[in-house]
Amino acid sequence: MADEVLLSATGIRKHFGGLAALSDVSITVRRGEIFGLIGPNGAGKTTLFNVLTGLTRPDAGTLSFDGIRIDGLKPHAVARHGIARTFQNIRLFGSMTALENVMVGRHLRSTTGVLGAAFRTRHAVAEEQAITKRAGELLEYCGLSARSGNLARDLPYGDQRRLEIARALATEPKLLALDEPAAGMNATETTALTALLERIRADGVTLLLIEHDMKLVMGLSHSVAVLDYGEKIAEGEPESVQRNPRVIEAYLGGGFA
Amino acid sequence: MSINALLTGQRVRWAAWVAIALLLLALPFITEAVLGRSWVRIIAVALLFVMLALGLNIVVGFAGLLDLGYIAFFAVGAYSYALLASPQFAVHWPFLVLLPLGAAIAAVFGILLGAPTLRLRGDYLAIVTLGFGEIIRVFLNNLNRPVNITNGPQGITLIDPLQIGGFSLAQTHTFAGLTFSSVHNYYFVFLICAALSIALSLRLENSRIGRAWVAIRDDELAASAMGINTRNIKLLAFAMGATFGGVAGGLFASFQGFVSPESFQLIDSIMVLCMVVLGGMGNVAGVVLGAVLLTALPEALRYVGPLQQRWLGHVMVDPADLRMLLFGLALVLMMLLRPEGIWPARRRIVSAPTENPHGG
Repeated sequence: MADEVLLSATGIRKHFGGLAALSDVSITVRRGEIFGLIGPNGAGKTTLFNVLTGLTRPDAGTLSFDGIRIDGLKPHAVARHGIARTFQNIRLFGSMTALENVMVGRHLRSTTGVLGAAFRTRHAVAEEQAITKRAGELLEYCGLSARSGNLARDLPYGDQRRLEIARALATEPKLLALDEPAAGMNATETTALTALLERIRADGVTLLLIEHDMKLVMGLSHSVAVLDYGEKIAEGEPESVQRNPRVIEAYLGGGFA
Repeated sequence: MSINALLTGQRVRWAAWVAIALLLLALPFITEAVLGRSWVRIIAVALLFVMLALGLNIVVGFAGLLDLGYIAFFAVGAYSYALLASPQFAVHWPFLVLLPLGAAIAAVFGILLGAPTLRLRGDYLAIVTLGFGEIIRVFLNNLNRPVNITNGPQGITLIDPLQIGGFSLAQTHTFAGLTFSSVHNYYFVFLICAALSIALSLRLENSRIGRAWVAIRDDELAASAMGINTRNIKLLAFAMGATFGGVAGGLFASFQGFVSPESFQLIDSIMVLCMVVLGGMGNVAGVVLGAVLLTALPEALRYVGPLQQRWLGHVMVDPADLRMLLFGLALVLMMLLRPEGIWPARRRIVSAPTENPHGG
C-alpha cells in the first residue's frame, strides 16, 4: 500500500519561447506520502505544478494519476480526478466570504443546476445544506471557524493561505498540491501549518509540496525532488538529497560542493 | 434570540412584504390619478427594464463578463414574438407558446455570442459583444430583401396584444369597481414577470451556479482549478442573461404592438448597462433600483421645458438638449459620489451551521 504509485510524471518538457522551463522531468509520487519539490527560484517548480493541474499544456511527456492518463485534460477535469492545488500568489475569490470560498470547492462534488436552484427542489435544498455543513467543517478543520463570515480579501495573510487549503480540500482530492504554503508566514503560523499538513496526510490525502523553507520541507517530506534550471538534479529521501553535491551546488553556487 | 422575538421579527417582515405588495398593486391607479396615464406607461416600461437589467446583471454583475450588446437579446425576443404573432407571416401563435419560445431563441443567441468569445475578457469582450449587438440590428434592418422577413426599417406592425385564455390585455376591463385599461393590464403582467425575475435572480445568486459565476468573476484560473468548467458556466451565464432579455422583448413587442430596429440601438445597450453599474453591479436590489431610476429620470427631465416656462416666463434652452445634458450630469455625479453604485453588492453572509442551532 505504501509503495503504490499515485502520480507519475514522465519526460515532462515545457519550453516558453527559447526558455526551457522543464526539460525531461519525471517524478513519482506514492500514495500517502508527502512529496517535497524544491529548487532555486525559476527552477520550474510552479511550471511543473501548472502542468500537473492542467493549467499549462506540456510540449511532451505523460501524466498518469491513479491509473488514469490526465495529460491534456482541462483543469476542471484534472480536479474531478482528484488533484487540488493552492497557489503561490494566493488566488482566493476575494468578494466571497471564507465559507463561500470553501463552498465553491464543493462545486464539482455537487449537481444542482439552474432548474434545481430556480425551483428549490428538495434535492437542491438538501445539497445546499450539505455543502454549507461540509464547508463549515473544513473551515474548522483548518482553524478558520471564526473567519467564516469574513470576506476572503479581508483576511490576514496566514488565514488566506489556510483558506486556500480548506477550499482545495473541499474538492475531495486524492492529491493536494501546495505551492509554497508557508511563504510569508511567521514561525508560529508555520508550526501550525506543519501540524495541519501532517493531519491532512494522516487523513489519507497525499501531499505534493513546493516550499522554500528547507527545515519545513525536509522535516515533513518522505521523498524530495530537486529542480534546477528545468532539470531534475536529484530525487530521493530528504537525508540523501541534502548531501547530494549537485543540490548543494545549485543552492549555494559553485565552489561549495 | 427567544421564540417570541423571532416571531415578531418574522411578523414585521411579513407586514413589510404585504405593504410593498399592496403598494405595487395600487401603484398604477395612484400614478394615474396624480401624474396621468403616460406615467403608468413609464412605470410599465420600467418593469421591462428591471427584467433587462437583471438579465444583464447575471452576465456582467455575477459572471463579470462585460457585454455591450445586450439589447440584441431584447431584439431577438421582440422579433420572435412579432414575427409569429402578426400579419407579417399571417401567423398568430398564442402568447403562452411564444413567451417560452422567445426565451429559448434568445438563449440560443446568447450561446451563439458566448461560444466564440469564451477566451475574451474585459475590453476585448466588450468590443466583440458591441459588434454582436450591431450585427443583430443591421440584420433586422436589412432582412427585407430578397425575401422579406423583418420588413426592414419599417418594422413590424399590428402585433397581437397579449391574450391569456379569452382575456385580452388590450381591452378595458372592469373588476371590483376598478377600471383596468390596457396599460394597467400590462403593468400587472409585467409586475408578475419582474417579480419572478427578481426571485430567480436571488435564487440563482445563492446557489451552486451563482457561486460558480462569482468565482469566475473573481478569479477564473482558480475557479477552473477548483473544478468549475469555466466554458459551460460562462455559456450558462450568457444563456440565462439572454433568456431574461428574450422574455422582456416578447412582452415589449406585444405591449407596443410595433417593433422596429430603431428600438434596439447601442445607446439602449448602454442604458441597460448603466442601470446595472449605477444601481450596484451584482446586487439584485441595486440593479432593480437602477433600472427604475434610469427609466424614470429621463422622463421626469421632460418637465424641464414646462418648468422653464413657468419660472422664467419663456423656454431658454431647448428642453430636449437640456434633458440629456442633465441626465448625463446625473450619471457623472452618481458615479463620482457612489462609484460602486447606489446600492453596492455586499456579499451576503452565510453562517456556518452551529452544533446546537437552538443555543446562544
